[in-house]
Amino acid sequence: MSTGVIKKVAGPLVIASGMRDANMFDVVRVSRQRLIGEIIEMHGDEASIQVYEETSGLGPGEPVESMGVPMSVELGPGLITSIYDGIQRPLDDIMKVSGNNLKRGVEVPSLKRDLKWEFVPTVSIGDEVETGDIIGTVQETIVVQQKIMVPYGVKGTVKEIKSGEFTVEETVAVIETEKGEKDLTLMQRWPVRRGRPYQKKLSPDMPLVTGQRVIDTFFPLAKGGVAAVPGPFGSGKTVIQHQLAKWAEADIVVYIGCGERGNEMTDVLNEFPELKDPKTGQSLMQRTVLIANTSDMPVAAREASIYTGITIAEYFRDMGYSVALMADSTSRWAEALREMSGRLEEMPGEEGYPAYLGSRLAQFYERAGHVISLGKEGREGALSVIGAVSPPGGDISEPVSQATLRIVKVFWGLDSALAYKRHFPAINWLNSYSLYLDNMELWFNEHVEADWMENRQKMMTILQEEAELEEIVKMVGMDALSAGDRLKMEAARSIREDFLHQNSFHEIDTYTSLKKQYMMMHLVLAFYEESVAALEKGAPLQKLIQMPVREQIGRFKYVPEDKVEEEYRKVNEELHVEIANTLGKGDF
Amino acid sequence: MPKEYRTIQEVAGPLMLVRGVEHVTYDELGEIELAGGEVRRCKVLEINGSDALVQLFESSTGINLSNSKVRFLGRSMELGVSEDMLGRVFDGMGRPIDDGPEILPEARMDINGLPMNPAARSYPEEFIQTGVSAIDGLNTLVRGQKLPIFSASGLPHANLAAQIARQAKVLGTGEKFAVVFAAMGITFEESNFFVESFKETGAIDRTVLFVNLANDPAIERISTPRVALTAAEYLAFEKDMHVLVILTDITNYADALREVSAARKEVPGRRGYPGYMYTDLASLYERAGRQNGKKGSITMIPILTMPEDDKTHPIPDLTGYITEGQIILSRDLYRKGVTPPIDVLPSLSRLKDKGIGEGKTRADHANTMNQLFAAYARGKDAKELMVILGEAALTEIDLVYARFADAFEKEYVSQGYGTDRSIEETLDIGWKLLSMLPRTELKRIDDKYLDMYYGK
Repeated sequence: MSTGVIKKVAGPLVIASGMRDANMFDVVRVSRQRLIGEIIEMHGDEASIQVYEETSGLGPGEPVESMGVPMSVELGPGLITSIYDGIQRPLDDIMKVSGNNLKRGVEVPSLKRDLKWEFVPTVSIGDEVETGDIIGTVQETIVVQQKIMVPYGVKGTVKEIKSGEFTVEETVAVIETEKGEKDLTLMQRWPVRRGRPYQKKLSPDMPLVTGQRVIDTFFPLAKGGVAAVPGPFGSGKTVIQHQLAKWAEADIVVYIGCGERGNEMTDVLNEFPELKDPKTGQSLMQRTVLIANTSDMPVAAREASIYTGITIAEYFRDMGYSVALMADSTSRWAEALREMSGRLEEMPGEEGYPAYLGSRLAQFYERAGHVISLGKEGREGALSVIGAVSPPGGDISEPVSQATLRIVKVFWGLDSALAYKRHFPAINWLNSYSLYLDNMELWFNEHVEADWMENRQKMMTILQEEAELEEIVKMVGMDALSAGDRLKMEAARSIREDFLHQNSFHEIDTYTSLKKQYMMMHLVLAFYEESVAALEKGAPLQKLIQMPVREQIGRFKYVPEDKVEEEYRKVNEELHVEIANTLGKGDF
Repeated sequence: MPKEYRTIQEVAGPLMLVRGVEHVTYDELGEIELAGGEVRRCKVLEINGSDALVQLFESSTGINLSNSKVRFLGRSMELGVSEDMLGRVFDGMGRPIDDGPEILPEARMDINGLPMNPAARSYPEEFIQTGVSAIDGLNTLVRGQKLPIFSASGLPHANLAAQIARQAKVLGTGEKFAVVFAAMGITFEESNFFVESFKETGAIDRTVLFVNLANDPAIERISTPRVALTAAEYLAFEKDMHVLVILTDITNYADALREVSAARKEVPGRRGYPGYMYTDLASLYERAGRQNGKKGSITMIPILTMPEDDKTHPIPDLTGYITEGQIILSRDLYRKGVTPPIDVLPSLSRLKDKGIGEGKTRADHANTMNQLFAAYARGKDAKELMVILGEAALTEIDLVYARFADAFEKEYVSQGYGTDRSIEETLDIGWKLLSMLPRTELKRIDDKYLDMYYGK
């Protein structure tokens, strides 16, 4: 451990001399207040340090102490339901120490030291274990069973294994390794800037079901995939992120509020414990870890927050869980990077962002994936990442959006024009895409209905054609369209309003199962296809458009999941009857 | 007695370099004493060994490198606060300018405040009735929200802000309230308009004014909102008041920020504004809110003028990413004589969903709100089409929508600055307008509300 003295202070950047023995990316304690920082550059014996707390009141001559270890997080029981700041300090514990406002230099452990966890061993004395093998489990919450794994680099024979209640620091097992005995606790540490190792990456082959129709049906995300949601302010990025955090079919959700509004985190904190996971029936908070570094909190910790979050997510992935990570928003992270880069007087790239912006983003997103984790068991885990991007003025030609789009495979483009019309989720169906469709086709057709992808394609085609017809209408008016085309416009409207439009604040509409999505898709298409057939047989267009059953189709989204089958049959029958009526004799 | 330095090396714009200093810390407050005895304030922006880079809060006129003295005070900038501030007028640095006595502070608070712990926030959900239909009905304001007004030069944002300050109330409560008003670089007339308006209603006794006018030093504007928010925090979280903070004009504030950044020769972000402007603006806006266990609240209405009416300009853009919605004024509506000219479609209140509904406003509120938005958007589309193709090209239903859009602007949005509508009145006008449309078109409204209100 080496100790130096502060030479220069400029905002979150501190330069200290006498640091020759420190390593790059070591954690340091700055000044007598022991603020936490990280070494990001070394020049001779001078270290440039980014400080994760407000630096006012710091001056030359104060001590800087290197801790000799890189920025790490604590992994173990107690993570779930926690809310952390960007460097994994629990915000509720900070509140106990410093009140409603965040004061500096607060030291609180990441995992609660006094809590005891019931440890159930799964290995016996004499067993051979290696990195990643499970030695026992802890039931952390009702829905999450944490698996205690042999830490990286440890291999040997179990010499001692305990069972019962332990805190995270107590020894639960002793492993006889080649280099001597190694005590294992429930907790391990991992440096945040290094991805946790795994055996092998697999290609994603099943969707992360989210219950959001436009996403699941049109632009599905794979388990282990990456998606980006760029959009101007007010277009509903955060609502989409919240919806995914609530309803995505993941075992664990890590939600990172990176440089966003404080009230949004409060909203999550208030709402999640109240909401029930449709799969387990338990509160959603029981599977969630929150990282909150709001926009008024120190900017350097914002940069660290996404690494803290993804390391925690990787840890659960290694246990064999499907983990979904939401980062809102990566633009704020990039801005933090830009601010530090500016203070380091680096040569800027585009729009003042550092030249390494693209590679840092890529490194982050590449930590997602569908993997086989270390250990003899070969557990399959997945980490899906959804990053929100906040491009200035909603213009995605800016560097952060562009660097993101080069990496991600799913793009949900938010459109302010749709938002103004209160069409939510405001995902533009014409310019969004998912490159996982081909991988996913088989899964959907096998697990939901055989014609899922076919129906999806039909709806996309109608919407595409609507956009073209729309151009014509703008030039020459609706009357110039043929009856067939007007019917198509009506069908497109129905797809938009009855299928794509989804109200996140409606009790039932907020989540739609794949089965119900299929039914809705089918109803909307059945209306169109049967009307086209009727039109050919001479039914009048007005009558087809004004069929009362259309209102039932429109309200189908509000039918509770347990009644959909029955209602679906009813609406289908009604449709046939009314179509037949339009062809009825005498009254046209 | 702090040590005095006569070692000013450089003065350039708002920056000053002082050599050979000892024990000076980052962000420390300093004082410059001119030869004539005048004292001005400054703060440390960067400290490098024995060199301190200092930012002036006031004009640099008259500073002399050889005989001006600099002292560092060993603390950051603080404001002495007290309940007696109510009814008083201060300059942009928090010094009284109304010929009244000095404030005897009950406490001294750092003007930069401390970030609020997100776990200690309490979610804003109490409906504030502003009496303005376009806000109450469609972009509802709640206690603890930050809702900016995006205006442009020549638009009547001051009238709207004054109307809100005058009429805003929480239904069914008689709690203590206060207004904190911070003027940054606005004209005397505009500032006086607010003062007169507060005087008219007697609200002036519950108001604290911080005034930095257009001819005051631009650099002072950097502290003005911070000083104002410190006073607001004191009144809200120490004295249990519900405080409405009006900050006008954020554009002038951001320009002052740019001036300092340019003088420091920092790498600029978009349009020359510093890369950290988002963080800087957030450190102001995020001071609004409510806290667990505290009775008071800070509701914030920042006003900004969009250069060239451009919403994608960095100032409105970054503001929109931090605040919880925005009220946008439109030049088109203003020309049409709609007062207030609120363009409801791009306006938004993010916190409205938790502030409306049964027990807060009325059970049908959310439904009618969505329907009004959708119908008005469709009506505007129809009108656009009408401009290109003529009335004949519209279908019958589109014509109804077009008429609806006109009536909506005239009856719902345009109410004048003197009308104070209750939320019931606002909702009833909404229903009256929706009744112009056939019932089958009202897909976003539950049947039970249609039965209750449609066509009545």
